[in-house]
Amino acid sequence: MKRYVAIWFRHLLVDRVLLRQPELAEKPFVLAAKERGRMLVKAASRDTQKLGIEAGMVLADARAVQPDLEVLDYDPLLAEKLLLALAEWAIRYSPLVAVDLPDGLILDVTGCAHLWGSETAYLKDIASRLKASGYDVRTAMADTIGAAWAVSRYSRAFPIIEPGEQLAALLQLPPHALRLEAAVVEKMQKLGLYQIKSFIYMPPSVLRRRFGQGTLDQIGKALGNSQEAFEPVCPMEPYQERLSSLEPIRTATGIEIAIQKLLEMLCARLVKDGKGARQAILRCYRIDGEIQQVAIGTSGPSCSASHMFKLFELKIASIEPALGIELFVMEAPVIEPSGNAQETLWDLSSANKMTAIAELLDRLSARAGSDVIHRYLPAEHHWPERAITEAVSLTDQSQTDWRTDQHRPVQLLAEPERIIVSAPVPDYPPMLFRYKGDIHRIKKADGPSRIEQEWWISDGLHRDYYAVEDEQGGRYWIFRLGHYGEETNPEWFIHGFFA
Amino acid sequence: METALKKSELVARLRSDILSLQGFRAPALGVKHDDFGLGPVMKAFPEGVFPRVGMHEFVSNSPEQTAATSGFMAALAGKMMKEDGLCVWVGRHRNVYPFALSQFGVTPDRVIFVDLKKDKDLLWAIEEALKCDALSAVIGEIKELNLTESRRLQLAVEESKVTGLLHRVSPRLSGPVAAVCRWRISPLPGGADQVLPGIGFPRWQVTIEKVRSGEPGSWPLEFRDGSFEMISQPVLAEEYISKAG
Repeated sequence: MKRYVAIWFRHLLVDRVLLRQPELAEKPFVLAAKERGRMLVKAASRDTQKLGIEAGMVLADARAVQPDLEVLDYDPLLAEKLLLALAEWAIRYSPLVAVDLPDGLILDVTGCAHLWGSETAYLKDIASRLKASGYDVRTAMADTIGAAWAVSRYSRAFPIIEPGEQLAALLQLPPHALRLEAAVVEKMQKLGLYQIKSFIYMPPSVLRRRFGQGTLDQIGKALGNSQEAFEPVCPMEPYQERLSSLEPIRTATGIEIAIQKLLEMLCARLVKDGKGARQAILRCYRIDGEIQQVAIGTSGPSCSASHMFKLFELKIASIEPALGIELFVMEAPVIEPSGNAQETLWDLSSANKMTAIAELLDRLSARAGSDVIHRYLPAEHHWPERAITEAVSLTDQSQTDWRTDQHRPVQLLAEPERIIVSAPVPDYPPMLFRYKGDIHRIKKADGPSRIEQEWWISDGLHRDYYAVEDEQGGRYWIFRLGHYGEETNPEWFIHGFFA
Repeated sequence: METALKKSELVARLRSDILSLQGFRAPALGVKHDDFGLGPVMKAFPEGVFPRVGMHEFVSNSPEQTAATSGFMAALAGKMMKEDGLCVWVGRHRNVYPFALSQFGVTPDRVIFVDLKKDKDLLWAIEEALKCDALSAVIGEIKELNLTESRRLQLAVEESKVTGLLHRVSPRLSGPVAAVCRWRISPLPGGADQVLPGIGFPRWQVTIEKVRSGEPGSWPLEFRDGSFEMISQPVLAEEYISKAG
């Protein structure tokens, strides 16, 4: 069940003027603007309203009523700006706040009121805070936007409508409370329908014929039979920025500028939300209807425009503008919370170091592909090819320590290569071996050290490794595959070079 | 007499100025500078200070030399990285076995390997890495390198103060390269001083073929328990046993 609060600023613009210019409190004043060649009153202060001056009156008539009337300029956009600011302030009460032009706010307060103890306390808090800051407000809470709106504006009863009681609350109110069109309201008053209860029970077909489908819709919205659209001020927007160009862009410089602008906008938003992008996609909409797309990825959440620009810079050459690009759209589909927002302040931390390195790796992988960067962690295997495993990320830590007690060559061949040896049987190191045409006479040797195949991973013969040194000082890691048998001699391989 | 003295003073001062411009810094009194335990090798460098801000070129012509050079470079990089540094190792046909780096004082998971296919990408990656001042050292394995390319790398080093170790594996051309020194590391056979059987610790003939403003030279070194040791006079086995009792 939804709950909504409607806030009505009874004298929004007047209150605003009084906040700015308190000396006007004692004087009668109006806000006026030029319309169709004459000055029209757009808002009137409380004192002048008592004299019958109200919005929509011609200024000359108002002057006739009150000769010493103070006239101030009316800014048509002010109300909206003011309401937006108030809506942002009201986010403390609910994350979903909508502006209700010309003089109200709507809050979706579902599940919020209990934080203030009760709905009464909640509503009281809103009203008293707004009143304390100088705005004359009326508030109401109900299950539907329509009912809350109607009660806040037209009812003097208790402003909290219990769940499901909308109909009862509306019955006494005038038809204006349903936000009907002016013509419909006028028609209703001509017909003597001064209260909602006098027509709300009429069959829908009759209402539709007499007053149009709009009236039925409004009744449905107020009673909660149909959904009313709600546009929050701060919607949960996807991280996407658009930039359209006046002239089709065909040059690399133009594309660079577009990317820079888009990234600045995107990163400003990301920084504000404490997020970082792991991926960014740039779509270029060409005049001929084609879409060019380039994407970058980062190794950690990044909200640095300059870094992401460097990554895009490497890809600009792959964008084909053809006749020109008319729209750029930058999107960050993969977002992660970034934990190091403080790093710009403290340039000494190792976190900053890691960021610099992560950015370097991003640049490398952006140009040459992500499969070129490797980092290794120890794995608990004796088999040399399996003794290391690739790390997933830059911060990935190993569970075990690196072993230093095993003598391993600094250069390991990707595949062991066949060598021809002459070796005394059974387990002595060879006397000489021939590798790539050169004969190496072995002077010193360590071994054998046997490494068995791990049967649970793969089948195969064991290897008997020897570390040998020839007369020039070259050190090699060679092994014999398997045992000496009756018929076949085992094969020998070279697997690496010691330093 | 007096003017001559002044002149020699002036020349000495200008020389030290040039050295500092080239990235060598004379050790301040009482400040311990990194000598990486290289001992007598340090005499080759101007002022006896290892030039951190510079490109070091290593040349190897055979797989044995390549392995020896890799080991020596890893040991040097390990000294530069200390406990918490990071190193980038850029190569083309990389055969380095990360597992073995721990024997040279390098934590293998603190090394980021970048394996590229094109020479152009390789140079670019080395340069990018050298520009990143968060790294302790950059090791690059590359075959050919001309003067212009090496100048670019040297300039990147001077900007970021990250030491670059460039390993040229079997280069065909040996033109001039803008590096502070050119090393050649060859494996040495175990000598008569080795009393224990087996191949023992890594031993190298460390040769500095060229060094800017320094003295080239050649030294036999052994890498033992995480530090470089000069190979001393051979100790005969009988002598050793008689000493040990």
